[in-house]
Amino acid sequence: MADTTQFDLVSPERRLASAQVVSVQIPGADGDMTAMAGHAPTITTLRPGLLTAEGPDGTTQYVVTGGFAEITATGVSVLAERAMPRDEVSADVHAELVKEAEEAHAKAKEVFVNEPGPVDDAAKLLADMVAVGDHIGL
Amino acid sequence: MPSLKDLKNRIESVKSTRKITKAMQMVAAAKLRRAQEAAEQSRPYTERFNAVMAGLAASVGGSDSAPKLLSGTGSDQVQLLIVMTSERGLCGGFNSNIAKLARTHATKLMAEGKEVKILTVGKKGRDQMKRDYGQYYIGHVDLTEVKRIGYTDAQSIAKDVLGRFDAGEFDVATLFYSKFVNVVSQIPTAQQIIPASFEAEEGDEASTLFDYEPSEEAILADLLPRGVATQIFAGLLENGASEQGARMSAMDNATRNAGEMIDKLTIEFNRSRQAVITNELIEIISGAEAL
Repeated sequence: MADTTQFDLVSPERRLASAQVVSVQIPGADGDMTAMAGHAPTITTLRPGLLTAEGPDGTTQYVVTGGFAEITATGVSVLAERAMPRDEVSADVHAELVKEAEEAHAKAKEVFVNEPGPVDDAAKLLADMVAVGDHIGL
Repeated sequence: MPSLKDLKNRIESVKSTRKITKAMQMVAAAKLRRAQEAAEQSRPYTERFNAVMAGLAASVGGSDSAPKLLSGTGSDQVQLLIVMTSERGLCGGFNSNIAKLARTHATKLMAEGKEVKILTVGKKGRDQMKRDYGQYYIGHVDLTEVKRIGYTDAQSIAKDVLGRFDAGEFDVATLFYSKFVNVVSQIPTAQQIIPASFEAEEGDEASTLFDYEPSEEAILADLLPRGVATQIFAGLLENGASEQGARMSAMDNATRNAGEMIDKLTIEFNRSRQAVITNELIEIISGAEAL
């Protein structure tokens, strides 16, 4: 039996999960990372993606859209701007998320004409958002 | 002396008023519970967020490269007041108290020679602030259609505010809302959100050395705008709970007053009815004696 660690997933509107888990796979801004008990204290920002928590009683997956994760000696807290259990993300919900990202991208292109930075960020956000759909098989 | 008919009508009308205020009180009580739950649900997020931000701000804040949202623009000449009130009235002094605090604040700033701009959220505050400070009024966020306040509402307000900040429209932003203590007490509060100030919590948090991915600065730059949204969201929720609390106690008072009025009117009604009867008796008796 592997060691477990405390895992909390909160969004501004509700607390989605609080449980003992074996590992949490976090979609970090610089790439996915898996946190287990005894992980070095880390703070990372999230990209839109799939968060997988593997507990003793099975695996749960959540779709998160951004925010950050804090890994400490006592546990993993994920503060997601928007988080939903995977089952709740239907094609409609996903389409809406993609549309929002598209709008943000279009707006960034308009506002920052000669600055590639924000436009690229928005493009990445959009690509990530689309990739989420592929991941959960919509 | 009003006639019996008049009194009866008045009693009926006060009774129906009491029914309405009673119903409003019960609706407010139900809504208050929901609003309190919503506020409770958001608390873990806000608390964790602020703790992390405090840590980050402490380590990056001192450097020159710190984001403007944290260190400020270096001036406090133009002040933005974000006044958050309710969309509906009939909630006692709730809206007036917030507006009063904002007004005192604005007057003080103006006396110091600062420039004031006012952004309102909620119809009731707009009416009050526009009357006195029409020329400083720069915008309004309408939440009339919103049944249940969500994070997206806060985000859109934050986006508006941040857009104005990036455009250099103001240097300091202060949020006005009412903190919910309990049903009978809500405290109007002013909270500065730009430049951000985080209360550092003493404890083991600060001493932990974190790895940051990407860099500390990048995380801070990413999180600060979210912080504004989070604080606005927390303010909106507190305000929602306060509004329902204030309405509940205001309606409770109104119901009680209506009850007292009904009692008073009923006594008056009975007295006049008795007077009429006595009068008739006197007439009959004196008529009989005259025979």
